[in-house]
Amino acid sequence: MSFDWTFLASPSVAPRLLSGLFTTLELFAVSWAGGLLVAFVVVGLRAVPFPPLGWAMRFFVEYHRNVPTVVQIMVWYFGVPEILPDPIRQWINQNQSELIFAAIALSLNASAYFSEDIRSGLRAIPKTQLEAARAIGLSALSAMRYVTVPQAVRIAVPPLINRSLILFKDTSLAMVIGVAELTYQVKAIENLTFRSLEVFAAATVTYLAVSLMIMGLGAWFGRQFPPTFKA
Amino acid sequence: MLEIIQNYWILLLVGSWPNGPLGGFTATLILAFLGMALSFPIAIMIGIARTGVWKAPRLLATVWVYAFRGVPLVMIIFWSYFVLPRLTGIAVPAFVTALCAIVVYESAFLGEIVRAGLQGLPAGQAEAARSIGLSYGQTLWHVMLPQALVNMVPSIVNQFVSTIKATSIVYIIGVQEVTFAAQQVSSTEVGKAFQTFMVLACFYFAVCYLISLIAQYLERRIHRKQKGAA
Repeated sequence: MSFDWTFLASPSVAPRLLSGLFTTLELFAVSWAGGLLVAFVVVGLRAVPFPPLGWAMRFFVEYHRNVPTVVQIMVWYFGVPEILPDPIRQWINQNQSELIFAAIALSLNASAYFSEDIRSGLRAIPKTQLEAARAIGLSALSAMRYVTVPQAVRIAVPPLINRSLILFKDTSLAMVIGVAELTYQVKAIENLTFRSLEVFAAATVTYLAVSLMIMGLGAWFGRQFPPTFKA
Repeated sequence: MLEIIQNYWILLLVGSWPNGPLGGFTATLILAFLGMALSFPIAIMIGIARTGVWKAPRLLATVWVYAFRGVPLVMIIFWSYFVLPRLTGIAVPAFVTALCAIVVYESAFLGEIVRAGLQGLPAGQAEAARSIGLSYGQTLWHVMLPQALVNMVPSIVNQFVSTIKATSIVYIIGVQEVTFAAQQVSSTEVGKAFQTFMVLACFYFAVCYLISLIAQYLERRIHRKQKGAA
């Protein structure tokens, strides 16, 4: 089987690949932002001294960490509309809802891991750091601003970047519910043209390029901001 | 939910076996276990190459790790589906196609665990072994690997959980594991998708959570032992 680059430029291929890549990046960006937002809420709620709330949050985290991401996406897309009231269900059926459900599922999945990374960053800083900062006369806010938060960030960010890489790769799972992201388009082009090699290669290189950028960011951060404490 | 479990637990556990191929959650576990077991030798070689002094193997192992960590498993499954029949010249069963993809994918992650295990040992271990006259190979085999492997056990167990979860995507090429079975159930039981997929989630949750707890227990135990020995 010969390898033909020009095939990638043909009108049945190039627009699909580009729109697939765009959807992949869109899904990644939305899920990443959503995941981080929910993660901070989870971290906040876990700090509330009300045990049932803490248990609920722990269950939230453990559910998302111990059930495959594919299954979480299926529960949201195939399952959840069934238990929603009729008007909402009709709206969902009429509109393109795959992308929304994929984004919800991926956000919640990522938030569980993100919240654990943030928590371990916060917990890694000994209480004495804050006490010492207060003792030399810093206000509570300044102590956080100059002493505890900078140290916690150095510990929390590398695993967060690593998790972001996994989230980026997990966007490919949205193809199972028909989100037209890169992997879905690759499959569609293959079904349409019966040529796989060029399209597989193009998609693989694209995924690899973005992944390497995320890994590079992680390596850069680790060099620039090495942890002050060994966790 | 109870009704789904009552009517379909056999399908979800073993698929259409004994009248058809072994499937369901048993196939999921077999796939994950074989995937881990077969990728382990590759992972050991990657770990040694990545920590070693020879340039060529180190470069090769590094490229391998970055390549397979940077591409979604779905894409690797597509490649496996495309390449294997052309390499072997025969129709490769879906299970084998999926297994090959999982082995190369997991070898990258396990390889990093092995590397971390080797690098995590105190430098004095290798130095002492070399200075009493052991060769590089003997040092690895008799001194480094036995210690590193023990320290790696919790990470390996956690990676097993990741592998079990990762296998859920292989139903797209028709491997009859538990997610495939759940899809079958949800296409027969109209209007019960939520219950069906929650049952599926419970299956995974029960097993993966249990294994995660074991990993945590092992980690504490190993940590305590190291502290006691120090």
